[in-house]
Amino acid sequence: MKLVMAIIKPFKLDEVREALTAIGVQGLTVTEVKGYGRQKGQTEIYRGAEYAVNFLPKLKIEIVVAAGQADAVVSAISGAAKTGQIGDGKIFVISVEQVLRIRTGETDAEAI
Amino acid sequence: MTELGRYTRLAGMAGLAILAMTVPSMAQEVEEIAEEAFELSAPETAYIFNTLLFLMTGFLVMWMAAGFTMLEAGLVRSKNVAMQCTKNIGLYSIAGILYYLVGYNLMYDGVDGGYFGSLSLWGVDDSAGASADGTGYASASDWYFQMVFVATAASIVSGTLAERIRLWPFLLFTVFLTGFIYPIQGAWQWGGGWLSEMGFSDFAGSTIVHSTGGWAALMGAIILGPRLGKYVKGGGINPMPGSSMPLATLGTFILWLGWFGFNGGSQLALGTVADANAVATIFINTNIAAAGGVVAAMALTQLLYKKVDITMALNGALAGLVSITAEPLAPTLGWALGIGAIGGIIVVLTVPLLDKLHIDDVVGAIPVHLFAGIWGTMAVPLTNADTSFAVQATGVVSIGLFVALTSLILWLALRVTIGIRSTEEEEMMGMDKAEIGIEAYPEFVTN
Repeated sequence: MKLVMAIIKPFKLDEVREALTAIGVQGLTVTEVKGYGRQKGQTEIYRGAEYAVNFLPKLKIEIVVAAGQADAVVSAISGAAKTGQIGDGKIFVISVEQVLRIRTGETDAEAI
Repeated sequence: MTELGRYTRLAGMAGLAILAMTVPSMAQEVEEIAEEAFELSAPETAYIFNTLLFLMTGFLVMWMAAGFTMLEAGLVRSKNVAMQCTKNIGLYSIAGILYYLVGYNLMYDGVDGGYFGSLSLWGVDDSAGASADGTGYASASDWYFQMVFVATAASIVSGTLAERIRLWPFLLFTVFLTGFIYPIQGAWQWGGGWLSEMGFSDFAGSTIVHSTGGWAALMGAIILGPRLGKYVKGGGINPMPGSSMPLATLGTFILWLGWFGFNGGSQLALGTVADANAVATIFINTNIAAAGGVVAAMALTQLLYKKVDITMALNGALAGLVSITAEPLAPTLGWALGIGAIGGIIVVLTVPLLDKLHIDDVVGAIPVHLFAGIWGTMAVPLTNADTSFAVQATGVVSIGLFVALTSLILWLALRVTIGIRSTEEEEMMGMDKAEIGIEAYPEFVTN
């Protein structure tokens, strides 16, 4: 099993969700996050004083899928989230040791 | 009148006559009401309209307390919003009580060209009744109208000192400001004291209300010091953007609405055609001055910073309003527009100036109320030939010195006795949790 964790631009969420639904992903978790990468921040002015906005708002999506499905999920996300502009985000794939569905007690592949 | 109209009217009158004949008691009632209406004398009518002006414009000014609260709630960070709301409802109430206990009579009772009135409780006294010259009004309506003004002065201080002052020391300062400092300097002019005899002119209080609040705020900001991390070593300024622009904008619109009461009501009478004309003129001058302040601030921030700063536009509205408050009647619309626009420019230029001096004014109350207040007071002779720059300057300087000195002493006394500032930990945690234990926006709710 793999955890696919992606940082994307907030306004790309709907497109990403549609792309994932199309390849049969059953569920995902979204978190509002802030951070920076190569995009760095930007400069704003408030009441006559400049300040750097170092942390830009992004969304983090997390999906756990069977190992064989991970590549399809990664390409679905990267296809849907891409604008070609700096700040599109990143995708990480991490191995997952165990999954358990709280309601039924099912584990691993059955619980995904 | 057309034939048809005449017949319809005749028919209607006939119908009424028949109705009156069949119901004799109603006919009698109609007659009595008609007689009473005719018995209302001109002075009585004037008395009623004067009282109505005080009451209606008074509740508009009362609503400015809501405006200040929303403006400040929007311009502080979210961890300090509930505290700001608490300070505002507290100060408004304290101002109203103190004005009864000492304020009104200290300001208005027996000043006679001097420096202050009497130390006594105020009470309703309507024995004068409707005077023949049509200047009468219910005494309570006048008290109410003056009371909401003192609350305005106190509100000004609250915004400047936000995010770092403790609740009770602030409210204690409000007690002295509304009970003594404001009424004493108010007595000099509005109470018929020495400044009014000299010929000073401050129609609705650019100096008496706004600069007074501004001076008290400035002294407080100096003694209290800036917020943690606001000014970085080496001259850097660390902006701390407000939590809600919609609330700040709503607050500004509420203040703008309230200002029609603030300036319009300061005509103090609505019993004659001349008074009605004056109040209406004041309304439109007040509005265009605010509009001028906004447009000037928007244009100037666009030029200076390549973007319009919404908080400066809001401050610009208020600066325009403060600027026209000293003389909202005499200027033409064109003059009022210009006076307000200069107020807006003053704000945009002096907000960064205060930052350079490391005086931390969270909401811009010092530029808006003090600097624009001075400008408005000094601009009176431009349109009012009965005034002079020298006398206007005397008023600005004497009231400024008195309020600044008494406020300075008071802030210092509070600092060395009970302390005025929260600890570093409390300030970082936010005043909402540290001082009052409730958050404006609880975001992690588990039930």
